[in-house]
Amino acid sequence: MTPELLEQGARRVEQRMAALVNNKTNTESGGRNASTGRIAMPEGEVDTTHGRILYLEDVSVSFDGFKAINKLSLDIAPGELRCIIGPNGAGKTTMMDIITGKTRPDEGTVFFGSTIDLLRYKEAEIAQLGIGRKFQKPTVFEQLTVFENLELALKTNKGVKASMFFKLDSKQSDRLAEILVTIHLAESVGRLAGNLSHGQKQWLEIGMLLMQDPKLLLLDEPVAGMTDEETARTAELFLTLKGKHSLLVVEHDMSFIRTISDIVTVLCDGSVLAQGTLDQVQADERVIEVYLGR
Amino acid sequence: MLKRSVMVRALLASALFWGVGSLHALTLEDAKALAVGSSESRLQALAKVSSDPNEATLAFIQALADDEVKIAGEQVLVVKDDKAIDPVTGNAVPLPDNVEDVINNNLMRGELDNALAALQLFSPKEALRKAAIKTLTGDNDEARLPLIEKAWAAETVPQLKSQLGLLRAAILLSSSDKSKRLQAAALLADSGDPSTKTVLLERLAKESDPEVKTALAASLRKVEAALAWGDKLAAVFSGISLGSILLLVALGLAITYGLMGVINMAHGELMMIGAYATYVVQGVFQTYLPNAFDWYLLAALPVAFLASALMGAALERGVIRFLYGRPLETLLATWGISLMLQQMVRSLFGAQNVGVENPVWMSGGVQLMGNLSLPYNRLVIIGFAIAVLLGVAWLISRTRLGLFVRGVTQNRPIAACMGVNTARVDTYAFALGSGIAGLAGCALSQVGNVGPDLGQGYIVDSFMVVVLGGVGQLAGTVYAAMGLGILNKFLEGWTGAVLAKIAVLVLIIIFIQKRPQGIFAMKGRSAEA
Amino acid sequence: MNAPIKSVVLPAKGPLLSRSGWSAFMVALIVICAVAPVLNLWVPEGSAWHMSTYAVALMGKIMCYAICALAMDLIWGYTGILSLGHGVFFAIGGYVMGMYLMRQIGLDGNYKSDLPDFMVFLDWKTLPWHWTFSGSFVATLILIVLVPAVVAFVFGYFAFRSRIKGVYFSIITQALTFAAMLLFFRNETGFGGNNGFTDFKRILDMPLATPIMRMLLFVITGLTLLGFFIFSKWLVHSKFGRVLQAIRDAETRVMFSGYNPLGYKLTIWVISAIMCGIAGALYVPQVGIINPGEMSPANSIEIAIWAAVGGRATLIGPIIGAFIVNGAKSWLTVAYPEFWLYFLGTLFIAVTLFLPNGVVGLVKKLWKGKAA
Repeated sequence: MTPELLEQGARRVEQRMAALVNNKTNTESGGRNASTGRIAMPEGEVDTTHGRILYLEDVSVSFDGFKAINKLSLDIAPGELRCIIGPNGAGKTTMMDIITGKTRPDEGTVFFGSTIDLLRYKEAEIAQLGIGRKFQKPTVFEQLTVFENLELALKTNKGVKASMFFKLDSKQSDRLAEILVTIHLAESVGRLAGNLSHGQKQWLEIGMLLMQDPKLLLLDEPVAGMTDEETARTAELFLTLKGKHSLLVVEHDMSFIRTISDIVTVLCDGSVLAQGTLDQVQADERVIEVYLGR
Repeated sequence: MLKRSVMVRALLASALFWGVGSLHALTLEDAKALAVGSSESRLQALAKVSSDPNEATLAFIQALADDEVKIAGEQVLVVKDDKAIDPVTGNAVPLPDNVEDVINNNLMRGELDNALAALQLFSPKEALRKAAIKTLTGDNDEARLPLIEKAWAAETVPQLKSQLGLLRAAILLSSSDKSKRLQAAALLADSGDPSTKTVLLERLAKESDPEVKTALAASLRKVEAALAWGDKLAAVFSGISLGSILLLVALGLAITYGLMGVINMAHGELMMIGAYATYVVQGVFQTYLPNAFDWYLLAALPVAFLASALMGAALERGVIRFLYGRPLETLLATWGISLMLQQMVRSLFGAQNVGVENPVWMSGGVQLMGNLSLPYNRLVIIGFAIAVLLGVAWLISRTRLGLFVRGVTQNRPIAACMGVNTARVDTYAFALGSGIAGLAGCALSQVGNVGPDLGQGYIVDSFMVVVLGGVGQLAGTVYAAMGLGILNKFLEGWTGAVLAKIAVLVLIIIFIQKRPQGIFAMKGRSAEA
Repeated sequence: MNAPIKSVVLPAKGPLLSRSGWSAFMVALIVICAVAPVLNLWVPEGSAWHMSTYAVALMGKIMCYAICALAMDLIWGYTGILSLGHGVFFAIGGYVMGMYLMRQIGLDGNYKSDLPDFMVFLDWKTLPWHWTFSGSFVATLILIVLVPAVVAFVFGYFAFRSRIKGVYFSIITQALTFAAMLLFFRNETGFGGNNGFTDFKRILDMPLATPIMRMLLFVITGLTLLGFFIFSKWLVHSKFGRVLQAIRDAETRVMFSGYNPLGYKLTIWVISAIMCGIAGALYVPQVGIINPGEMSPANSIEIAIWAAVGGRATLIGPIIGAFIVNGAKSWLTVAYPEFWLYFLGTLFIAVTLFLPNGVVGLVKKLWKGKAA
């Protein structure tokens, strides 16, 4: 507490008292009193009133001396479909690891909504909070059927006892059916997941993510290895998801990105190099150098 | 008994070199007094005679102990192989018909042994003197004091001299003269011998005079302090010795598991093969090259290495190569192999332990302090372990084979693209790890029992070393082996061997909680261990 | 083109056991509860149909082993956790029952004392604290379940929490049973040292060595085995069972789906430990002896091979495997004792190399081959 700060505080109190008297207290969004007049958020609910669903600031992490992420700052609006591109080793997967809790950053903050500090939670908890991640390699449960895979992903009580006595009710069945249709796997519902084609496995995995009704979906190279037709269908799928869910897509396939993107972020050497629409980014000098020059 | 008579006969053979003691020969009265009469009178005569060392007396006492003395009327004779000798003159005499045996009861025998020992104190052979001192320790007969003092004055070897000094002090301690007891208490304070502590404690319990008591207590404290140091260093040495053995055992495992990811439950049996190979080489030397017996170990090393390496290569080619990438199955399959190897050895060599002797240059040890002696065989093994470690480190980091092994284990497909014959590299690497196990078995044969279950005793420990040390770096194995060895031995001092082992296992489990990757681990992307 | 949602047909939840499965189950039930007692107790000894006491004891023993194999299937076949130390839970259950049986000897021991013989031999004057409840049958029954459960819980909690997986975990379980074996070998631990417990006379004040008691124990063991089988079927049939299989196949994915594997692993671990403990408790009165050798790593590893031989993740497979391997053991150790270990070793290798799905898998393959 310095004398200047004391003075400022005193002045503010005066103003406030004056405003109270005149009924001019500032409770709009962004005003000082808005913070005390905040709508109470139920525990675990994401607060997107400030217009951001994911917020990374100055995140850094190094492995054995190698700085994988270097003061990365990124934010995503609710309902947005953000694409992340960048050369190999730029830190795209590591960034996702940090968001989902698999890796702890050495510094920086990661917020889900404006109130949930992701660094305080474990992986399983973060998944429960509403962040779903799809890996590069499809990791579905190969020995279980498509139906069983989706059933496992249902948004229900995931505790041990609940699982032992679990019975599928009609609402859940409907949701399952709905997702099955969305991911184009309704005919394969009884097949072992291990027997699906590569593209189908990717959709199944996306379907499993959707079962949890996530607010934020992290997708790591979702169309890698897919045929052109499968890629097109996946683009359709993402566009239908956008708006209800927020998506963060890491990809290399530029035509796919062109189909789905609004804003593209370019990552390089662990931090953001450029951000904008795909055209803007493709015209950016630094991006050209990084992709073609080196 | 047999050994002693052998020693004394050697003594007699060199009796010409004796210069100590008077040249009183054995007299007939003495001989009679020793052979004839009641036990008490004979014992008295023995006491009198044994303060006066000379060859004839010694020979006669030895003959008494060997039941070779017989009486024929007034004659006392030593009878050997039906030939009679007059003990006084040493000349042969005709064997009379009416000989009677001289009977020695247990008390007599004990005293004869002590008398022999006392006289042996003057033997020119150091080993005999040492044995004699050992026999006399604990027998605090004041009558022997002059003899012991004479021996002490004449002794040249410092270690034996101090032991004789202790004997002297122990006898003085029971003396009725208080000043002598005080003197003894002071003398004993400087001893480094662990038996001094017992002597002091015994005396302390019986002592009545307070001044002597204080002196004794002070000496006891000093002795205990010295012993404590000795005990600590002994524990450290045992720990290093155990650590070096664990290192040898775990090094092979560190290669097969650490570099190759293969869990080999038959690793213990590969060691066993090395140990039995050593046994076989020993047998060959005993039969065909008895003169070079002491060097059998040098021949055994390459044989043990090759035997285990070949077995390892066979395992890899026959079974393990089909199970790469399936560690749990490898574990079970190699366990099956270990069962078969054990049974095979049982059929070939029998289920009992077999004896492997240390060559002469590895027997005995270095006596640093009273209670601290470092056996040569363990010192050699420590050196051997270091040599093997350096050899393996050099092999892995400096040779082409080592480079190939590292390459194949880190990225098999790319190594294959580069033209590396991955299958052959696998076999070589596995054979190397197995060969080192064979060397470990050879080393183990020198310090422990060799039997079909040799491997079982070390398998859990060696896996603990690998788990603790972490995968991928040999340094971790070294630290883990040494750490576990020393920790184990220190805990043993407190809680005894079994609880120490259990405590170590529990500590490892707790350590793994904090650091699942082990001491040295590969950081980065691998999500699974 | 989206199909209307109502036309999507979701698979119905299958029954616990198929028709043939239930029939086989009923047959087994009848054999255990009716046929065996008749063949043993009613049919006279000379007849070819008579089931000898030896056969009853042997079958009873193998059924106890089959329970262990079932437990192993639950944790290894379905959850992917290979435990090489489950013998310790079997032995703990056996020792708890053994303590009760030792107390039941009463004053009929060699030393005619209230205390068990080995305690008199060690010159102990009173019962140690851990023998406090060994007089009561009910307390013994409770402890048979409780003690293995607690040991399993503590060990499992620390092991799974640190995310030790795969071979590291298996090695640590081996160390656990090895440490327990060392502990029980000591006389001071108060469990009979390397001799263990033997010379049992009675249970619940009824003599142990009579044919009726033996048959009763046989039937109880059989019913327990069948009961655990049905219970395990129900477990793996439920969502819980599917989560376990998911943990086996892709644990990271399971975490990302929001499940905490720790709870699941711990639950099935404790359940399997309790099963083994109960098996051990049924084993001891039938075999008449328990000693620390039961905790040897070798015994625990054998349990794994029974499951592997029969066929993992089938529940019926490990039971069959236990019967096959132990049947072979009983025959070989009498007829060709030197060959037993060769046989066992070869079995380990053959099953891992050639029969990854065990006997049941082989049969299924042949069936499919025939049908095609």
